[in-house]
Amino acid sequence: MIPAAFDYVAPTSVEDAVAALAQHGDEAKIIAGGQSLLPVLRMRLNAPEMVIDLGRIDTLRGVRDDGDAIVIGAMTPHSVVGSDPLVAQHAGLVAAAVEHLADAQVRHRGTFGGALAHADPAGDLGAPARALGAEFAIAGSGGTRTVSADDFFVDLFETAIGEDEILTEVRIPKHTGWGSHYEKFVRVAHQWPIVAVAASVRMEGGTIAEARVGLTNMGSTPLRARQVEDALAGQPATPDGVRAAAELAADGTEPPSDLNGDAGYRRHLARVLTRRAVLAAAGADGA
Amino acid sequence: MTAVQEPAVGADREIGRERRRKEDARLITGRTRWTDNIVLPGMLHLAMVRSPFAHASIVSIDTSEAEEAPNVVAVLTGADLGEAQGACINAWAITEDQVTPPHLPMPSDRVAFAGEIVAVVVARSAAEARDAAELVDVEYDELPAALDLKEAAADTVLAHPDLGTNKSAFWKFDSAEAGTGGDVDEAIAAARTDGVVIEREYRQQRLIPAFMEPRSVVVDPTGEQHTIWSATQVPHILRFAIAATTGVPESKIRVIAPDVGGGFGGKLQQTPEEMIAFAVGRRLGKPVKYTETRSESLLAAHHGRDQWQKLTLSAEKDGTVTGFKVELLADLGAYVAIVGGGVPVLGAFMFNAIYKFPAYQFNCQTVLTNKTWTDAYRGAGRPEATYAVERMMSELAAELGMDPLELREKNWIKHEEFPFTTVAGLEYDTGNYEAATAKAKELFGYDELRAEQARRRESGDPVQLGIGVSTFTEMCGLAPSRVLGQLNYGAGGWEHASVRMLATGKVEVVTGASAHGQGHETAFSQIVADRLGVPFDDVEGLHGDTQIAHKGLDTYGSRSLVVGGEALVKAVDKVIEKARPIAAHLLEASVDDLEFADGRFSVRGTDSGVAITEIATAVFAAHDYPEGVEPSLDSEATYDPVNFNYPHGTHLCAMEVDTETGAVRMRKYACVDDIGTIINPLIVSGQVHGGLVQGIAQALWEEAVYDDAGTLVSGSFVDYLLPTAADTISFDVDHTSSPSITNTLGTKGVGEAGTIASTPAVINAVVDALRHLGVDDVRMPATPSRVYAAIQGASAGGATDGAAMPHFDPAEPGRSSTEGAGA
Amino acid sequence: MARITLKVDGSTVSDDVEPRMLLVQYLREKLGKTGTVIGCDTSNCGACTVHLDGTSVKSCNVLAVQADGREVTTIEGLADTVDDELHPVQEAFRECRGLQCGFCTPGMIMQSVDLLKDNPDPSEEEIRLGLEGNLCRCTGYHNIVKAVQQAAGQSGAAGRHRAGATTAGAPAEEVAE
Repeated sequence: MIPAAFDYVAPTSVEDAVAALAQHGDEAKIIAGGQSLLPVLRMRLNAPEMVIDLGRIDTLRGVRDDGDAIVIGAMTPHSVVGSDPLVAQHAGLVAAAVEHLADAQVRHRGTFGGALAHADPAGDLGAPARALGAEFAIAGSGGTRTVSADDFFVDLFETAIGEDEILTEVRIPKHTGWGSHYEKFVRVAHQWPIVAVAASVRMEGGTIAEARVGLTNMGSTPLRARQVEDALAGQPATPDGVRAAAELAADGTEPPSDLNGDAGYRRHLARVLTRRAVLAAAGADGA
Repeated sequence: MTAVQEPAVGADREIGRERRRKEDARLITGRTRWTDNIVLPGMLHLAMVRSPFAHASIVSIDTSEAEEAPNVVAVLTGADLGEAQGACINAWAITEDQVTPPHLPMPSDRVAFAGEIVAVVVARSAAEARDAAELVDVEYDELPAALDLKEAAADTVLAHPDLGTNKSAFWKFDSAEAGTGGDVDEAIAAARTDGVVIEREYRQQRLIPAFMEPRSVVVDPTGEQHTIWSATQVPHILRFAIAATTGVPESKIRVIAPDVGGGFGGKLQQTPEEMIAFAVGRRLGKPVKYTETRSESLLAAHHGRDQWQKLTLSAEKDGTVTGFKVELLADLGAYVAIVGGGVPVLGAFMFNAIYKFPAYQFNCQTVLTNKTWTDAYRGAGRPEATYAVERMMSELAAELGMDPLELREKNWIKHEEFPFTTVAGLEYDTGNYEAATAKAKELFGYDELRAEQARRRESGDPVQLGIGVSTFTEMCGLAPSRVLGQLNYGAGGWEHASVRMLATGKVEVVTGASAHGQGHETAFSQIVADRLGVPFDDVEGLHGDTQIAHKGLDTYGSRSLVVGGEALVKAVDKVIEKARPIAAHLLEASVDDLEFADGRFSVRGTDSGVAITEIATAVFAAHDYPEGVEPSLDSEATYDPVNFNYPHGTHLCAMEVDTETGAVRMRKYACVDDIGTIINPLIVSGQVHGGLVQGIAQALWEEAVYDDAGTLVSGSFVDYLLPTAADTISFDVDHTSSPSITNTLGTKGVGEAGTIASTPAVINAVVDALRHLGVDDVRMPATPSRVYAAIQGASAGGATDGAAMPHFDPAEPGRSSTEGAGA
Repeated sequence: MARITLKVDGSTVSDDVEPRMLLVQYLREKLGKTGTVIGCDTSNCGACTVHLDGTSVKSCNVLAVQADGREVTTIEGLADTVDDELHPVQEAFRECRGLQCGFCTPGMIMQSVDLLKDNPDPSEEEIRLGLEGNLCRCTGYHNIVKAVQQAAGQSGAAGRHRAGATTAGAPAEEVAE
């Protein structure tokens, strides 16, 4: 319950944070909202010598309109993202996923960028980020670079963020007018999802014109189910219209087996939940 | 001086009134005294070094680096403490030849479960103690571990090699041998030719009590008595056990259970942590504190349940039951806990439940393994029994195509048949199963839900509805001391109470029961207010300190009210009788002309009277009282019950099952419990709600899971799943009342009823939803994955295995990984 | 050691703390605010919930240094205990028996206050979801949900105003009966 001792610094600018990282190298850990890091430290599963707190960098907080995208600052708390009108209007899938992420207290403290950088494949934000084609701005001593969602998630708890870099903001292309749903399957409410499916659809009449589908906890990273997206295009938003596409949801996935179900069960869930998520996103009955 | 007493009659009677709890004022404002809140001058902090291995020899323990760490005062091992550490006792050898491994708080040669303590670090702060604990270097030689209960029962690997066997004790009850019924094997044989035989094997998974307040202990060795504050249910038993095993005189030990944050049986223990803290405090002569983390609590506080149940039920073709045979394997874990071996025996008399089985046999083999030791968890033996019989009765109903309630009614004891001596030899005093069931069906909307179930089946709805029934009874109020003696239990079952009449008119009642959330202070005040005729607010309940409540057997087994409450009634009656001659003296009347009502003695046929509180003041001054009478009203009483009492109830549960995913959702839960006279309906409903959710949680969510190495996989609240508000529903709770005739107040126990009844109701509902798909069992907890597997025809859902998925990246998988927040 | 200065339950406090000290440990060990308790080590149980700058957080999941310059309200600062006043949510918990052992209660009450601040008239489902970060082992949640409903009805917007605003001076029992 008591972390090992560490030094602490709370820089007030991205430049200072990057400099601190460069100085302390792999003995440092960054703390954003700390909702995943602090339990790790408390249980002494990790013992950094230096903790660099991004909480005093005001420029990393907030949501802004950036033309064909919205930009969410990495240190924006989940509760702010979840109630932000820009997010609701242009990235409804993110709003849907944030709504039931962890619990209220964690949403007050945990941050959008922190959760993505933590890269837990069972985290709720990776699948929407991948589905919507988010881009990640990463600052280092050489300046800022941008990484696509497809390249950002590398492996279990591992991202494209380099040793001396920090995630500063996430750019999400506008999906204005798209229907969205995040279908999360848990045994108890405070659990990480066993499987979850993030779906956004653009409807033309009763037909799905375009779809975006992301999968949570179906592999070592959040996944995008492009085969499902392709198969959905042009289908009617009915259970029968969606079923065949949803059957492809687990193709090529390597989900984990654990207390809550084995890989085969997770693949089955992915198919069922994909059908439900897409139908709910389309506002159809039978979801 | 209190001149006029408020009346306590009729509608103003305290018993039955929804009094708000006295305890709550401090609890809702944070003015609480949890053990971990206690800070003493010079207090040192302990951190435990625990074995990561399920079974290993301790080759060496190098404490030198830890001793050099900042502000470390001492690092001690079992060898250092020697005999001063005492021993953890087993108070209930269920058979004379029970195999009981010695249980030292801190062994020095061999560990028998993962989590066992091998060294203790003492430092000036808890943080420094923890830091230094990481520096203790223990070399282990790993030994093969006995983990699987059935394999352990076959002695394939020995949990304690020196003992030569894992089999601790075999306990049997046979109705033919006892003369309480017929021969069960004959009944089963007969049913095989011209009746029905139902054979099933059920798993009672291992559970963790998971009280919300982690255990904590503070030991102050300064002063004449050693004072121990502990988050315990059993301060009196703890004091006895420490004295008995350390040689410190009992009179030199004071144990205080301050505010205690839940127990559910989980704090009914004499723990290694308490013993180590006591030994370290004495050795160093300084106050010490140890507070466990949640992970330590889940790992090393005792677990519950963990049985295999092999069941054979025989019946005639019309549904009349003829016999029930029970064969249990019960996992004790690494040691025989304080009442560990006895827990399944507490269920031995309950498998026949409310039914008129003519023949019954119970067999139980307790088994040692290299897992955390098991002991009482809410219900202790009776939930297991109730689960078995209520599942079997529903299976029989399904086999015969009968409504499960009709089948039960055909076999249960009718209300006019009480008192009824059961095939297990118990005499049930009162009950009315017909009334409770009728009320429950109405509350539940039984017929409407059955109709909906039929519609959903008809239409092939992917969400199917199931209705589960549980008509439970339990024996509670542990317990008549003679009965406990016959069962070879190491203590009695009496309870003690005293009443102190203060000079200012206030009343202190002292009970040997030790509350930890139940509301004793309130309920006992209500009892005293009525009987003594004093205002509710003038009564103060005291408990949980062996210097104040010097005598007691603490709180467990739904005994506080039915045993402790009765002791209190008897103490109050003594106060009144002691006051009577003094009243006569003060009123200048004859004792025979006095009557006592509403807190006053009055002279029959006159206006002349005196309040009992005035008499208390008078004897305090002691200026004017009769010769030959002591100037005190204070009284005490010890009550030993003559019988258990037998609350019962009908619980009805509707579950929706998503056949596409296996997800289950509770739709409705209604229960009607008969717990006799109700002292405080508000307290009772709270006990029922909480009990229900613990029982439901066994059915749906909770399981302590070990991996193949004997590591507890569900070792945090991330993986040991307690339900939240979002996972549960509001319940429909009502009561019928057949007052118990085994105590003055007519009360029956209520603390465990919900937990005992609800588990089979839930599983019966899940199975009922899927029966038409060929499902006749889903193993607990009924996870979506198991339910789905059952639908797919894969037997009973299979075992739980595999590791929990890490969400807090344990290793160092690249520094970007804990890049900050997340969920 | 780092110097921190913050406001806790209305009073300004200043201390040297180790960076590793959690906010909950600071409250309990340095300030003696033992009304806030620790129930787990994975931030599941919510027993340590306090308000940080007006919103609920789990104080086991915040470093004391992170609270520097901020304002913390604990269960002990929710109402004016000197006058035995209660916050409407505290009153409702007592009235509805939304507690038994009381260990989860401080966190449960602090989260309920936060919930009602955001949503003064919540449905049962919204209450249940709003409390998903707080574990209780005694009550089965039934009466906790009732207490939040009662607090919502009792005080309209049972927000963050100080105690006694609605039933000042009246002990809960009299109100009840």
